[in-house]
Amino acid sequence: MKTSRIITLAMVGCAVAAMSACARKPVEGAVPTEPTAPTTGPAYPTAPTGPISGGNMGAAAPGSEQDFVVNVGDRIYFDLDSYDVRPEAMPRLDAQAQWLARYPQVTVRIEGNADERGTREYNLALGARRAEAVRTYLINRGVPAGRIDTISYGKERPIAEGSSEDSWARNRNAHTAIVSGAPR
Amino acid sequence: MRLNLLLASAAALALTASSVQTQAQVQAPPAQAGQPVEVEIDQGVLKPLQIAVVPFTGDHGTDISNVVSGNLRRSGFFEPLDPAGFIETGLTLANAPNFPQWTQIGAQAVLYGAVTPRADNRLDVGFRLYDPYRQCQLVSYQFTATQEQWRRIAHKISDVIYQRMTGEAGFFDSRVLFVSEEGTQLNRINRLTIADQDGFNPTYLTQGDEVIMSPRFSISQPDEITYVALGKDYSRIYLRNLTTGRTESLGEFDGQVLAPRFSNDGNKIAFSIIRNGNTDIYVMDLRSRQLSRLTSDPGIDTSPSFSPDGSQIVFNSDRSGTARLYVMRADGSGQRPISRGGGVYTAPSWSPTGNLIAFTKQGGGRFSTGVMNADGSGERILSSSYFEEGPNWAPNGRYVMFARQTRGGDTRLWTVDLSGRVVAQAGYNGRGTDPAWSPLLDAPPSNIGLGQGADSCPA
Repeated sequence: MKTSRIITLAMVGCAVAAMSACARKPVEGAVPTEPTAPTTGPAYPTAPTGPISGGNMGAAAPGSEQDFVVNVGDRIYFDLDSYDVRPEAMPRLDAQAQWLARYPQVTVRIEGNADERGTREYNLALGARRAEAVRTYLINRGVPAGRIDTISYGKERPIAEGSSEDSWARNRNAHTAIVSGAPR
Repeated sequence: MRLNLLLASAAALALTASSVQTQAQVQAPPAQAGQPVEVEIDQGVLKPLQIAVVPFTGDHGTDISNVVSGNLRRSGFFEPLDPAGFIETGLTLANAPNFPQWTQIGAQAVLYGAVTPRADNRLDVGFRLYDPYRQCQLVSYQFTATQEQWRRIAHKISDVIYQRMTGEAGFFDSRVLFVSEEGTQLNRINRLTIADQDGFNPTYLTQGDEVIMSPRFSISQPDEITYVALGKDYSRIYLRNLTTGRTESLGEFDGQVLAPRFSNDGNKIAFSIIRNGNTDIYVMDLRSRQLSRLTSDPGIDTSPSFSPDGSQIVFNSDRSGTARLYVMRADGSGQRPISRGGGVYTAPSWSPTGNLIAFTKQGGGRFSTGVMNADGSGERILSSSYFEEGPNWAPNGRYVMFARQTRGGDTRLWTVDLSGRVVAQAGYNGRGTDPAWSPLLDAPPSNIGLGQGADSCPA
């Protein structure tokens, strides 16, 4: 069930990608351009006049992907060699579960990640345990299992650069990505 | 440093002493493979065999000699001499070398040859290898191929020289699959890539829009490869024919797939499926497409590797807490741990000779490449660094290639020989990981004319 959903989504993704590719103009090869002649006088026409007004950026629209990322938090972190949800990460997952309860059309994909201090295949399996730990947590908080997919990226998609304890800690995470059902 | 060399070879013996002693030892017949010999290796007096590789005459002649020199040097068993120091010039296949002019510059072997075009436009590449101290011919042979194949001819000549001087099968006429890397740490583009063993002719096989992992050759059909493509929301095991380019998915499985490996007869693929966070090993019969589950415990069971006879599989499992190496029969029965040390053992790879298992070991904040006997005894660490992983065997079982990453830096391909003495960056010097070595591209010549000429060295 999970896999077939993944495949369907992959196909939709491909179709969308294909459509946007069609809509886009073909990339043109590099054509040598004439250097622009130095201009005389001011580089811009007349100085712009008139008042500039401002206002607050609108808050993220409730139920949007941005709302989820900014107001709930889409990532939790794990200890070294561990896939147990840390106590301090639980409030965030509780908030994720509540948000998903409020927007029942939303589906998510939990992406498990590992730091670079392990072999590629083994880290893929470690990341899967982290993704599963989050999935289980959300299911226990009432999110229907059918709305949650999981995948592990192992150490292949780090979010923090460098080879320090700090970057490794950031790269041991599970990311809750919104797949469908929420505007950006 | 005392090392138990399981595969004894004349070259290994030759490396033990000064050049004068070496000269005598080269005369000894190569020891039989499989006979364990204790060799005292002192890094201070190691001396590879000094070989003079004379530029071949004719089209591509110098190119061929350069490729042979590069191969022999990288093997660690040979030290090609600088041609600028050669005294004898104009050496042709019709003559034997002027021996004193070669011993005078310390050459322990002299290789020379000629490229001759044929009426059908193909090339004859003949060569002779002499021992100037004993004043006898070690080997001579002639390969014929199309002009475009001059590199392959050079690799096959290298294999003949290597085999003649070490008593072991060569490995130069082979290719390597790996995952080349570009871009930054946070935006890495990786592509499945194939290149000659020495890094030449690299060719991308994928576009860079997926994460590629775990490429492997089918040993019986090196035209067939498998690999994993990991996308944003899918993972697939692909089977691909290198000649036709035909690529097919192994199938759609309920769960994430990883770590595919052919059995050596090419009839089966072992791999892992992750279901509900639990990773187990399965095997698929490629003809019937029947899937069997081999492990079922709650630990991570992955990175399977078949023994050459296909009867057993080594894999890693953390069912006991930390990851160790286990062996089971190919049907999943008889699972038992074999690794004995502390530390985390992953990425096992069964040697083509069947007696050794290479692995990655993590411990003390470092990563190491090591080998152990198939029963877990005799563990030896060959190489250690900040990070290295994924050893894969050369077709002759004398070297493994692995990926090494510097702290905060790039990942590149390295090789190490079984003694741990020859640690070198692989021929491909771009960024890459996950190397997989092909078998020899075709059978080496079965009769290299040993002892058949009037001035042949005594067998």
